[in-house]
Parts: sequence; structure tokens; C-alpha cells
Amino acid sequence: MYNLIGAGLIVIGGGIGLGQIGGKAMEGIARQPEAAGKIQTAMIIIGALLEGLAFGALILGK
Amino acid sequence: MDQLLNDFSPGLFIMQALIFLVLLLLLTKFAWKPIVQSLRIREESIQDALDAAERAKQEMAQLKADNEKLLDEARQQRDTILKDAREVAAALKEEAKADAGKQAERMIADAKAAIDNEKRAALAEVKTQVAALSLEITEKLLRKKLSDESAQKELIEDFVQEVKLN
Amino acid sequence: MSNKITSFLSILALLIFSNVAFASSTGENEQIDGGAVDTQEEINAYIRHHLQDAHDFTLFTLGESGKHIGFPLPVILWDDGLHVFMSSKFHHGAAVAESNGNYYKLYHGKIYKTNAEGEISYDEDRHPTNARPLDLSITKNVVGMLFAGALLLFGFASLAKNYKNKPIPKGFGRVLEPLVIYVRDEIARPNIGPKADRYMPYLLTAFFYIWLLNLLGLTPLGFNVTGNIAVTVCLALFTFFIVQFSGNKDYWKHIFWMPGVPVPMKILLMPIELLGVFTKPFALLIRLFANITAGHFVVMSLIALTITMKAVFGPIAATGMSFALALFITVIEILVAFLQAYIFTMLSALFIGMAVEEHDHH
Repeated sequence: MYNLIGAGLIVIGGGIGLGQIGGKAMEGIARQPEAAGKIQTAMIIIGALLEGLAFGALILGK
Repeated sequence: MDQLLNDFSPGLFIMQALIFLVLLLLLTKFAWKPIVQSLRIREESIQDALDAAERAKQEMAQLKADNEKLLDEARQQRDTILKDAREVAAALKEEAKADAGKQAERMIADAKAAIDNEKRAALAEVKTQVAALSLEITEKLLRKKLSDESAQKELIEDFVQEVKLN
Repeated sequence: MSNKITSFLSILALLIFSNVAFASSTGENEQIDGGAVDTQEEINAYIRHHLQDAHDFTLFTLGESGKHIGFPLPVILWDDGLHVFMSSKFHHGAAVAESNGNYYKLYHGKIYKTNAEGEISYDEDRHPTNARPLDLSITKNVVGMLFAGALLLFGFASLAKNYKNKPIPKGFGRVLEPLVIYVRDEIARPNIGPKADRYMPYLLTAFFYIWLLNLLGLTPLGFNVTGNIAVTVCLALFTFFIVQFSGNKDYWKHIFWMPGVPVPMKILLMPIELLGVFTKPFALLIRLFANITAGHFVVMSLIALTITMKAVFGPIAATGMSFALALFITVIEILVAFLQAYIFTMLSALFIGMAVEEHDHH
């Protein structure tokens, strides 16, 4: 039961983080479309790091 | 976490490490090295070709510029040669003119000298002729006149006087 | 080229199917490793079973009789000596296998050492307390790795051979070449810099190995190699060691004595940076494992909808719904298969790049 609550919290946190990353990246691309490639790469890397963090927490809590 | 540790199979880990290592070595030897090298060689050859084209273009431009310069030089040279020739011709003409003048003067001088000589010679001739004639005339006159002594003497004296004056 | 592929595949097929033996279980074993599934618990158990490694290659299981159609794989154990036998000896966990005077039993996909009767003792959490020998078997995952390795070796060696004749590859090489260039120009060079070519073999191998295994995991063959924690730990350790061994003076200096900050900060930063050295590969291994496992879990759960929703929506609607959802998620999983390989390689390249970077400031 507590596990599930923890997992929910992790998902909320990760979701907020991913939303921030994605949203800011979109804004960046809209502002500077010619830098889209670089922004995408950076976005994926940060997303991956965040994902690793969230998964790490999920698995530690399992 | 417990579940995960429980699921962790050391045997599979060893097998994976072995397989991956062998795969890495085999692929490196048989695939990646030749592929990466071929790609590099190909890219270098493309780059070389592009560079060569660029160089050729530059050389072409250089050549064209050179040609233009040569043409210009030739044109200039032609102009200078023509100018020189004209000058030389003018100088020659001047010289010729001067020469001709001098020669004419010399010729005139020569002619004058010759005329003088001729004149002098002619005068001398005339003088001798006159002298001879006068002598003859004088002789004839004398033969006729100088039949007496006194007249002879008088005449001689006249001559002598005359000669002295002359 | 296509002739070669067909001959290669036919040889492979011969190798596989000459080994085929119809192993049957008695159907009386209490453990659930296939067979008919009806209830939610059985579905969960089935999925959990699928996500784990297996000692035999089960293609499918006949529902009512519980007959497994597939072929056994060799079991190799190191237990004070080498024990090699076929997994058919276990009868899918129903029988005790004897080898050179030692007895082994298969329980939930793992091999335990037992007495002649095959008794397994449990602790209070229902975990077996029996000894586990070092299991070097050619399991299903190992078969997947070997298969992927053979495919990679065949595909890229033929691409390499292609270059010998002419500078532009033809046939399948035209598909592979842009991928190699992609890894080099988009992953290795921007992250590592001028020294990228030295790490190209590792990055290329890791990228194509992970990608191919991710894709194989989506086929009905049911490999779950990159969703196995042992495999991802191993891959992450490769990256970890490559990073540490290629780290230059600046890299270590930035970990133990961060330049440009006051001394108390240096002392404070040291353990944080040191922790970072280990969390980086940890994130790498957890990400790959969790993504692929989650993907398999979701796809199988959606397929299982056809069973769980049967009572509510009727068989046809349930099947249609499960088909549509599973198809949708599978398409996403194909993207994820590439993305995970890309991210693993990308992060590896990034970490290597951090280790070999020349700092000319400070």
C-alpha cells in the first residue's frame, strides 16, 4: 500500500519534471527553430537522467 | 529491491560479459575498423576532390588574370616599341637632313674651291698666254722698230722700269 | 547478398530446429510457468514468468494439457566441477535433475541444489534457502544474445566487405551505413570530441546490440534480454570501466579536488562527486532495465485484456480492444527500442566525453 503511494508520488514528481523539460524545450524551439536539434538532444539527455532518477526511486521502493 | 537482487543471476552476468566482450572484439576487428576507416577514406577523398575543384577554380582565375596581365603587357610593349620606332625614325630623318645639308655645303665649298683653282689656273694660263703674246708682239714690234741703237736703249730702259714697277 | 542471407537463415533454422524436442510437463507442478491463464493472479504470474530468464525455449503452451511446445537448452552449472545436461531433465521444474551425484531442481526459473528427493526449504518470506550453484547455462537470454551477436556480426562484416570493392555499399549495407554514420556524427563526435574515434567500436557495438535485442524482445520469440537486470548491470559496468580508465588528470581532479572553489567546498564536493561516479552508470542500468521491463509488462497486460475484460465486454469487444491498444503500445515500443539504445549510447558517450575532456580554463 505504502509502496503504491510512494510510486504515485514518484510519478507526480517525474511528471512535473518531464513536463517542465518538454515545455521549456518547446518554448526554446519556438523561439529559435534553427537550434531545434541541439535543444532536442539536450532535452532527451535531461529527460533520460530524470527518468533514471524516477526509476531508481521506484525500484528502491519496490 | 529484494526482488531485483533475487532476480540477479550471476551466471547470466558472466555469460553476458563474455558474449559482449567477444562480440566487441570480433565486431571491432571485422566490422567497425574497416567500416570506420572506409568511411574516413571516402570522406577524405570527397574532401580532396572538393579541395581540388576549388584549387582548379582558383588556378583558372589565376590563369585568366595572368593572361590578362600578359595581354596588357604586350599591348604596352607594342605601344612603347611603336613610340621608340617613331622616335628613331624622326631622329634618322633629322640626321639625314643634317647630313644632306652638310654634304651640300661641303659640295658647294668643294665646288667653290675647284672654281677658285680653275679660275686661278685659268688666270695663270691667261697670264702666260698674255705674256707670250706680249712677248711675240713685242718681238715683232721690236724687230721693226729697233733698227737703231738709241731707240733700242730707250726701250730697254722703259722695260726695266716697267719690270721694276711690276 | 540476398542469397547469402537466405542461406544463413536456413542454416540457423536447421541448427535451431534440429534440436527441437517436444518437452512435456506433467501439468501437476504447483508453479505457474505457462499453460492456460484465466484469473488476474495467473496473468500476473504469467507475465512475471515471461519477464524472467528461462532454461528452455518455449514457443507456446497448449492450453488444457499444459504441454509446452519448444525445445530444451543446455544447462551448464559450476558446482565444484562442471555439470552439463539438457534442461529437459528438469521437466519444467517437475523433476529433480541428477548430474554427477548432485541433485538440482528448477524453481521459479532458478536452479537450486537439493537432495535426491528434490526438497526445497523456505524461509518465512517463502524464499528458498537452498544453495544456488553458479548457473552458466545457455538460457533463453543467452540464446537471444548469441542470435543478436550473430546477426550483428553477419550484417556488419558484410558491410565492411562491401567497401573492399567500391566506396559505396549496396544492398542492405545502404541501410546500415547511415546508422553507423549517425552514431558517429550525432552521438560520438559531439559528445566526446576529437578522441571520438577511439571509442567508436564500443559505442557502435553497444548501440546496435541494445537496439537489436530491444527489437527482438518485441517479436513473439519473447526474449527479454535488455529487460534483465544482470544484462544491464553488465553493460553499465562496461561503460563505467571505460569511463574510469579513460579519465584524464582533469577528470580525477574535478572529482577529488574541484578547482576554482574554496577549500571547505572542495571537501564538501568530494563525496558528492565520488557518489556521482557511481550513480551515473547506476542510472544507465536502471533506465534500460526498467524501460524495457515496463514495455514488456504493458504490452502483455494489454494483450491479457482480452481475458480480463471478457466477462465485462464479451469476447469480441475485449479482443478488439486489447488488439488495438496492444498494437498502439507496440508501435510506441518500437520507438522506445531505438530511443533506449540511443540514450544508453548517448549517455555513455557523454560520460566518456566528460572523462576525456581537456580543460583549458581555470
